[in-house]
Amino acid sequence: MKQLVTFIRKEFAHVLRDRKTLLILFGLPIVQIVIFGFALTNEVKNSKIIIVDYARDAASRQIIDKIEASKYFELERANLTHRDIETHFKKGKTKVAIVFPANFNSDLMHFNKTQIQVLADASDPNIANTLTNYLSSIVMDYQTELTQQRDTPLQIDTEIRMLYNPQLKGAHNFVPGVMALVLMLVCVMMTSISIVREKELGTMEILLVSPFKPMMVILSKAIPYLILSLVNVTSILLLSVFLLDLPVKGSISLLFAESTLFIITSLALGLLISVKAQTQQTAMLISMMGMLLPTLLFSGFMFPIENMPRVLQYISHIVPAKWYYIIVKSIMIKGLDFSAVWKETAILLAMTFALLVISIKNFKIRLA
Amino acid sequence: MRTIRFLLEKEFRQIFRNKTLVAMILMVPIVQLLILPLAADYEVKNINLSVVDYDRSGYSADLVKKITASGYFRLTSFNAGFKKALHDIEADEADVVLEIPEDFERNLIRQNQQSLFIAVNAINGVKANLGGAYLGMIIREFNHELRISWTQPSRTNTAPVIEIVSSNWFNPFMNYRLFMVPGILAILVTMIGGYLSALNIVKEKEIGTIEQINVTPIRKHHFILGKLIPFWVLGIAVFTIGLVAAWLIHGVTPVGNIAVLYTFLVVYLFAVLGFGLLISTYTETQQQAMFISFFFVMIFILMGGLFTTIDSMPPWAQVISRMNPVSYFIEVMRMVVLKGSGMTDVLPHIGMAAGFAIVFNGWAIYNYKKTS
Repeated sequence: MKQLVTFIRKEFAHVLRDRKTLLILFGLPIVQIVIFGFALTNEVKNSKIIIVDYARDAASRQIIDKIEASKYFELERANLTHRDIETHFKKGKTKVAIVFPANFNSDLMHFNKTQIQVLADASDPNIANTLTNYLSSIVMDYQTELTQQRDTPLQIDTEIRMLYNPQLKGAHNFVPGVMALVLMLVCVMMTSISIVREKELGTMEILLVSPFKPMMVILSKAIPYLILSLVNVTSILLLSVFLLDLPVKGSISLLFAESTLFIITSLALGLLISVKAQTQQTAMLISMMGMLLPTLLFSGFMFPIENMPRVLQYISHIVPAKWYYIIVKSIMIKGLDFSAVWKETAILLAMTFALLVISIKNFKIRLA
Repeated sequence: MRTIRFLLEKEFRQIFRNKTLVAMILMVPIVQLLILPLAADYEVKNINLSVVDYDRSGYSADLVKKITASGYFRLTSFNAGFKKALHDIEADEADVVLEIPEDFERNLIRQNQQSLFIAVNAINGVKANLGGAYLGMIIREFNHELRISWTQPSRTNTAPVIEIVSSNWFNPFMNYRLFMVPGILAILVTMIGGYLSALNIVKEKEIGTIEQINVTPIRKHHFILGKLIPFWVLGIAVFTIGLVAAWLIHGVTPVGNIAVLYTFLVVYLFAVLGFGLLISTYTETQQQAMFISFFFVMIFILMGGLFTTIDSMPPWAQVISRMNPVSYFIEVMRMVVLKGSGMTDVLPHIGMAAGFAIVFNGWAIYNYKKTS
């Protein structure tokens, strides 16, 4: 026991001595929370719009004023013709254009019918869709104002309530994802690199010939990272509560228990990688490509899993972060209790167990 | 010149001797280009709908049929009560609940007005927003059809109608992959170039071989150039592989001139590699270099406009993303590949990349000290 404590202290010294890594380790979650919480929005606003107005009459003027007043658009003022649209689109600054035909108002008044052309740069389909929708609704508004006096029969109203996230903030989706990502980073990458590093530098040999049991060596490597990870979880939660106003709705102790389980899963994974890899670069590349990317891809916080092809959906089941993400989302945002997440917890437990067994089986006391 | 040639020979040998590294450099772009664009599909479809129908009338059945026929919604459950439906949302089995009140049809005809209640799981803001909007649109349409079937349309007194004709340029089929593939390729080249160059000098530091180089008469800029050029060549190779993979796997070919892409790439790679070298002059171990470059690459990617548009960011974030070389590359890729923009359109971007290259490399050379 005393030996173990000494070894843990050695590992802590290694970790704490490396100020730069430590700074990044604690800085990363903070920066990510700030970026996700404040900089990245899926809302589309302030889009530059080209207006080609061949009509220059009262109706087109009124619609243009409406567009200008909306927060979604910024007008590009200039006497443009539709030939300019393509050059502007190609420069990449403007994403949408609206064209009013000549005699817009008089057509509208006399024939009761006229057309407006909306051209969108659809390289980003979602943005093109959203902008076209915004423009349509502005024009619709104008139309209803024209016909306001009539009353409409058989009116169906819709009342929409946004559950859990009424302001449609990005943070609700991202905070649980950032937690999974950071834990993955700290546990898998740090453990695997630090073990392989001892191999590469040759100090592993010294540890293995000592009377200290090999398993204990590994355990003492894992414990500092477990503690660091818990510190990170705490800081992420504090940031999200106090900076992003995103409270933990469910039980905090349950959240920490589940996080600890996920940390152990990740540590087991890191262990497995370090057993297999011979050099730090290999360990890094495996943990980068093999663990971090799948975490980003398949946990469901950046990419919608339900849109993926079947094969990828199946692959996503073996990514531990996916289950952790579901658990955190349920506890933190939906405020559910253990009965709602027992299935995910059981899956994580099984994964941890399997990973530990495989890596212990593969652990070699002698270096080749 | 001769010194650089020998240094290059050494670097290339070291790279090609490391079989896993070479395999990684060649395989990673292909695998990523294979999977990422399939995964990064942000089109909002397959919204799971749960219906709570207290009315069970002809109208409510028609409405549900109309919603499911739209293609955006998947009817996953019919629930007897709202509580049950809410439970489906909690279990992530439903994204949207539509509640049709009792006597919906009868009251609509008698009182001329009824309201429907929609609850959306809004944890994922984009999906909730678009899903709610789609549902609202379908209900409006349903409403419109009902009105037409009930009221005789009069010929003389029609309301003025403005028809909106929209057309989608550059991506008429609204294919999300066409949008993501160029961006992902940009990220890949950045990641591989940045990481490898960051790890390289540090590795020599950690193993101690840098001392041997330091005692030779090799000049600072020779050494940096010797490190830079191999990865520069590799970066161009990776990009070419990626471009071919994008064409073979996804059928994405640049609309514009490939020469424009390569002109930008050549300049841009110097900027990225310079950044990696800068990191490696500031760090002592590979682990440090890895984490610091991970930190910056993460920020570069997130702020680069791959997933969310830069235009919608708050002003301070837009300033940051303007100082991010990756955002220029992603923009150039999309401009040239999708829209066929020419040299004159991307000239400002090339200028920025050149600026980054000069700053990063100058800084790295300045900061690399032969004596510790």
